[in-house]
Amino acid sequence: METVLDVVVAGLLLGGIFALISIGLSLQYGVARVLNVAHGEFIMIGAFVTWVLFEAGVNPLISLMIVGPGAFIIGFILYQAMFNYIRIKAPSLDAFEGNSILAAFGLLFVIQYIALIIWGSNIHGYTYLASPIHLGTVTVATNRLVTLGFTVVISVIFYIFLALTRLGKAIRAAAQDPATAGLMGVNIKRVLAICFGFGALMAGVAGVLLSMCYPINASMGLHYTIIAIVVVVLGGMGSIVGSFIGGFILGIVGSIVTYFDPGLSMVAYYLIFIILLLVRPKGIMGK
Amino acid sequence: MDITTFTSNKRFQIWGISLLVVLAALATLPQWVGSYYVVLLTFILMYILITVSWTIFSGPTGYMSLASAAFFGVGVYTSAILFPMTGAVLPLPLIIVIAGIISFILGLLVGALTLRLKGIYFAIFTFGLVLLIQRFLLWFEMNITATRGRFVATLDNNYIYYVMLVIFVATLLTAYFIRRSRFGLALQSIGENEEAAAHIGINVTLVKVIIFAISAVFMGAAGAIMASKLIYIDPYIAFNPLLSFMPVLMAIFGGLGQFYGPIIGAAVFAYLQEFLKTEFPFAYMFTFGLVLVMVMVFMPSGLVGMIQRLLASLKEGPQEKSTPSWTLIFSFLFGILGGLVSWFIFRERRGARVHLKVGGVVTIIVIAFYLILLLLAYLGELRSGYFGI
Repeated sequence: METVLDVVVAGLLLGGIFALISIGLSLQYGVARVLNVAHGEFIMIGAFVTWVLFEAGVNPLISLMIVGPGAFIIGFILYQAMFNYIRIKAPSLDAFEGNSILAAFGLLFVIQYIALIIWGSNIHGYTYLASPIHLGTVTVATNRLVTLGFTVVISVIFYIFLALTRLGKAIRAAAQDPATAGLMGVNIKRVLAICFGFGALMAGVAGVLLSMCYPINASMGLHYTIIAIVVVVLGGMGSIVGSFIGGFILGIVGSIVTYFDPGLSMVAYYLIFIILLLVRPKGIMGK
Repeated sequence: MDITTFTSNKRFQIWGISLLVVLAALATLPQWVGSYYVVLLTFILMYILITVSWTIFSGPTGYMSLASAAFFGVGVYTSAILFPMTGAVLPLPLIIVIAGIISFILGLLVGALTLRLKGIYFAIFTFGLVLLIQRFLLWFEMNITATRGRFVATLDNNYIYYVMLVIFVATLLTAYFIRRSRFGLALQSIGENEEAAAHIGINVTLVKVIIFAISAVFMGAAGAIMASKLIYIDPYIAFNPLLSFMPVLMAIFGGLGQFYGPIIGAAVFAYLQEFLKTEFPFAYMFTFGLVLVMVMVFMPSGLVGMIQRLLASLKEGPQEKSTPSWTLIFSFLFGILGGLVSWFIFRERRGARVHLKVGGVVTIIVIAFYLILLLLAYLGELRSGYFGI
């Protein structure tokens, strides 16, 4: 019984990170229509910036406030200058999706290479809030709990933002039908860029939180990108709630499989992913 | 179909003869160039082959398959198991055929599984497949056989080259005749509108699955022969996801509209890749990524498409709409020129330290150039309203 509880708690803690990463990607794909393969690179950059700042004596929770807006600005500019250009030139939405995946793949290489030049290929890490906390029979590290807390808070704030504000409404409209939303007076180009920026922000923040719990290196991005893609498909493309739930489901599955055989966790993710694509490609919350 | 309709066609004759000349040149090549060029050419042929066989299915239908690495890897592993260091279990041609058949079966399976998937889902599924096989093999090797990787018997460079050439010719012929046959037309109509294609009596399922499997055969065969070039293989090398993206990129780089587009694209790009790898090992990945981004942003219709547009605008004068992209094309060419110039300057004094410096300089130039491009794109957008909906 206690091992079951342990596994579930570990899964929830892991799932929190997955959820945050996936909400970002879901936003980028669901609204801005860019399946950003370079998503994980933003996570990596966020993690490295936090590490550098930590070495300089900055608290990671403060670098959260630096990395988030920074990532947003980079994402915004990237969409405005690059993906928007591809979008206008593409003859159809399908063509745009295909072309933008490839462009994002190029971006992945560029960012990863820059990181390799600056920080090398070594594994880095630091300890922050690594003290254990006892919750009943389960023991968890404080930093993981902080991570989970931040994930939930950020997700809820973002959900409220989408549901209640004017910009949130514009984003939801753009997700449903960009052309019509444009006709209704939504500045579609800016809204899509803002969505992409938000996706980058989520990735950056996830990177900050990740670096507290896990060792980081310059080529870790793709791993998280793939997990995010699996979760986004699991939750339903473009569904924020779906990604949130999907992240936790995948986290729990991951921790169960890891309990039996750590080497098989990635295999399990892909299997879930492939079976899901075959049985229900729209995902659990997809329409 | 009557064969004389082909042979009496003037255009077919010209193309056929020039193709035969190229083939003869390729066949006699090892006689008069060094082994470095033979190896280089083997790689280029491999990339062209994979790109062309990718285009057989994905070109006309618009389904973006990222399973190339899976088929290639299956070929590599077949060869590694049947052709180990200790000596061949079977004769090599048979191994290549077997690799082709296994890839074909895998292609049938994937094709049958993914019938309902469209657009992005198909791309993601096929990519997931590559990673699934790779991870499973890694786990299998670690836990079941307790090995890591395998060694493959080496072969003479010229021998590998000729085998590759044979597979290459077979691929081109198959691609050409599929394109010209009823299957090709069927594929094209599927790409235009799948439901309409089904309504006019095309067995959409059958055509899609069969052609997808046929396109897999050549990738498997190429993998089987390349295994003995790689010598040491493990799941990371055999199922390298990069190889899934390469054919897509090369085909788009060349231009999907024409039959020769992907061939030209793959040839230019593969050469560029080998060149970058040897000249700038540090900047290789970076430059590769940058080229990828540039191609997607500035020439989505490919090299052939761009040349055609250039020729057209030379004939008829520049079109009104193309003004902003003209500036961009020029700055693109200017950037390439800058890179080449810096390469010539630093080429002579290449040592370990200088090499690093070269990489740095080129990187800075390219970054600066790209920043300017971004600025231009942004300014152009603000000024002319060309980018807006």
